[in-house]
Order: sequence, then C-alpha cells, then structure tokens
Amino acid sequence: MSSLVKNIIRFMLFILIQVFVLDRIHLHQMVTPYLYFLFILWLPFKLQRSWLMIFAFLLGFTLDSFRHQPGFHAAACVLIAYLRPFLINLLIPQEGFETNYEEPSISSMGGILPYTIYIGVFAFMHNAWLFLLEAWQFGNIWYFLVKTVLSTLISLLLIIITDMIFVRKQKFRTNTI
Amino acid sequence: MRNIFLFIRRYFNFLLFLLLQVLSIFLIVQYSNYHQAMFGNSANRITGKVNEQYNKIEYYFQLKRTNDSLLKANEMLYNKLASNFNLPDSGSKQVIDTIKIDSIVQYRKFNYLSAKVVANSITTQSNFVVLQSTNAAQMRVGMGIVDPNNSVVGAITEINGEFVVVMSLLHKDSRISGKLLKTGETGTVLWDGKYPNLVTLSGIPKSTKVAKGDSVITSGFSTIFPKGLLIGRIDEVFLEKSTNNFKIVVRTAANFHNLEYAYAINNSQQPVIDQLIKNAEKISK
Repeated sequence: MSSLVKNIIRFMLFILIQVFVLDRIHLHQMVTPYLYFLFILWLPFKLQRSWLMIFAFLLGFTLDSFRHQPGFHAAACVLIAYLRPFLINLLIPQEGFETNYEEPSISSMGGILPYTIYIGVFAFMHNAWLFLLEAWQFGNIWYFLVKTVLSTLISLLLIIITDMIFVRKQKFRTNTI
Repeated sequence: MRNIFLFIRRYFNFLLFLLLQVLSIFLIVQYSNYHQAMFGNSANRITGKVNEQYNKIEYYFQLKRTNDSLLKANEMLYNKLASNFNLPDSGSKQVIDTIKIDSIVQYRKFNYLSAKVVANSITTQSNFVVLQSTNAAQMRVGMGIVDPNNSVVGAITEINGEFVVVMSLLHKDSRISGKLLKTGETGTVLWDGKYPNLVTLSGIPKSTKVAKGDSVITSGFSTIFPKGLLIGRIDEVFLEKSTNNFKIVVRTAANFHNLEYAYAINNSQQPVIDQLIKNAEKISK
C-alpha cells in the first residue's frame, strides 16, 4: 500500500474514532481523551514541513466541523506540526535516519524512551494550546494546568495502547537502494 | 524587492505557521461572535450526513429507551384529552362562538415541529445537538427545542438544509430564563461546564424559600419557550457569599445522555416581538 493511501485511510479512521468513540466517553470534566493528533505524529519523516502544517490544519478543521466550533483543534494541530521537525532532530541526532526509516515509531526512533518523550511532549503541547484557547473565555489557571496534565496522561496511555495493538512494521532501508 | 522575496523564501515555514494560526484564531473569534462560521455551512452538510449514517446504527441500540420515553409522552397527552374531564358545573351551558372556532388558527401561539437527533455531545464545554428534520424549512434561528417529555433542551443557532444545529443547555454561552414553580422568582439558567445534566440557576434572592426537589420551569419572558416547560429539579442549594443570591444546582429534566427525538417550538409571535424590541432599542439609542 502506498504511503498516500495509507495516510488517507488513517486520517478517516482517526477522525471517526475521535468523534464517535472518544468524544462520547465522559470520564470527568478534567479529562478529555484525545487520540486523533497521533495522525500528525505518524506522518512520514521526509514530508516537507509546509505540507505537514497543511495536513495538520485539515485534520484539526475536520474535527472542529464535527464539534461545531471551528478553529480550536486546527490551531493546536498546526502548532505541533510546526514544532515536530525540531523535536525529531533533537531526539535522533544520528545522520541518515530519515532515509533508513519511513515514519516515527518505537523501532525507528531507537527505543521506547525517545518515542515516549516525543509523544508526551506533543500531547502536552496540543492539549495546552487547545485548553489555553478555550480558557480565554472560560476557567482559571489551576483548572487549566490540572486539566492539561490529566488529559495528557490519558492521551499518552491511549497512544501507547494504540501502538501495542497496531504494531507498525518498519522496514530498515539502507542507503544503497 | 528581491530582499522581500528572499525573506519570504527563507522564513516560508514560519510565515505559513503564523498564517494558519491566525486563520484558526480568526475562526474561533468569528464563530463565538456570530455563531455562524465562514465555512460552517458547507462543513455542516458533510458532517451532518456522516452523523446521520452513524445515528442509523446507534438508533437500534436505543430503541427500548426511545419507546419508553414516547410511551410516557403519549400517556401525558392522553391525560390531557378533553374526554377525560367532567365539567364541574353542568348547570351552565357552554357557548362557543362560531367565529372563534373557524379562526382558531389565529389563536394558536405555539406549535411543535418534530425532529430526530443525529448527533449530540456532552463531553466538551460547548455542546451542540444536531437535528435532522423534514420541517427544517419552518424553523428559525432562536427557536426553542424540547425533548419528547416537554423539558428544555436548547435553542437553534444554525440551520442548513434539513440539518439544524442546536446550542444545548450544556453550553457555556447558553442563557435561559428560569423560574421557581413554587414561589415564582425568576433567574438565569446557565452551565458551569462541569457535569452534564447539572446546570446552575442564579439570581434567586436569599429570602426565597427553596428546597431540594423543587421544580424549575421556563419563565415565558423570552419568546423562545412558552411559560411552564420543565427545565429541571433542584439538586443542591448553596449561598453565594459575594452576592445576596442563592446558587442553585438544578438537575435537568431532559436526559442529555440519550436524546433521540426532539421538538422545535414555533412561537408565531416571535418575529413580531423581536421586531418591536429592535425598534424600541433603536429609539432609546
């Protein structure tokens, strides 16, 4: 399956799961389970940053359309898409990893720790920016902080479970291809 | 000129990032001001269709509950049938003016338009209900929505084709005028964003006698709802220290967890009254 088709299917699946499964779970007012932004984190390494941001905007805007409040998720997604290449470069310093592997995963990032940091930082950023935009109209600072931290933990748990259920085989490609 | 192009090329990613962020924030501000998004209409039609398909599946799992609530609504209506009542005074003869009978349509103030719920959220701080109705053409923005048992659900904010978007009671910007059934004090019903099915009634003075379980009804002061529809029952009462008012927690009568059908209430006097208020505001300016 080509990378494009795979990512289009992923896009739809993530949106449907977020809208029809996770948004219907009411755990607590402080905890909102978010999983859909994993689509951005799973996009291929070699995708240009501008395309990354445009896809992220589309993803966020689609979710916003389902929730009838445009803008919130689009803003948060664009933020993490913009910062993604910076963190990948920080976490994987060795040369040539983009050509060896296709997309970020536990095996391509060299262990569970860098991958968890990668996921955790972006889950936190996504939730923080999202709740900050909401908090301009609503709530106070402690509410915002606790909500961000708790939602990030839930997101992290969901993502790790997703990674365990759907093991993505990463082909190791050498430079000689 | 060349330098500008060089600058744009060099910082293209950052500029694109700023552009998309500004666009998002513009959408947020725009939508909260007018409840009408720039792309909202076309997006609604697509998301409406997806929601409709999903609801067709989910609907079968709710059939039992839906039946129960329709049964209850039917029971209530049967109890209102004129044949169930004995006129207490049989000595007086009832005379009905024939002219009034013929023109009874003129005296009808409210009529109900049925709709099916295709999407409903309770987990965010701005919750909306999406309805699908063949009567959508007769609906207007600002009309009130009730569930089959005549308890308040929300008010219409957007209509597109056969899909109607409703701001539910569980929305942080929702304001509905409520009233205590027993004593008649009026206040505002709003949602603090914490628990679904629990809303707050504010503006009730401390001198009022309130008890757990008292009914809160619509006041009829707005043109959205008729007087006397049940909003909910009092769950808890707190004293607000900063003001002289109670903070009353109300458990909503409508169960937002399993809405299946809803009715829009058409107030035939609404356009006229709104126009009068607008004129009055213009004059006072």
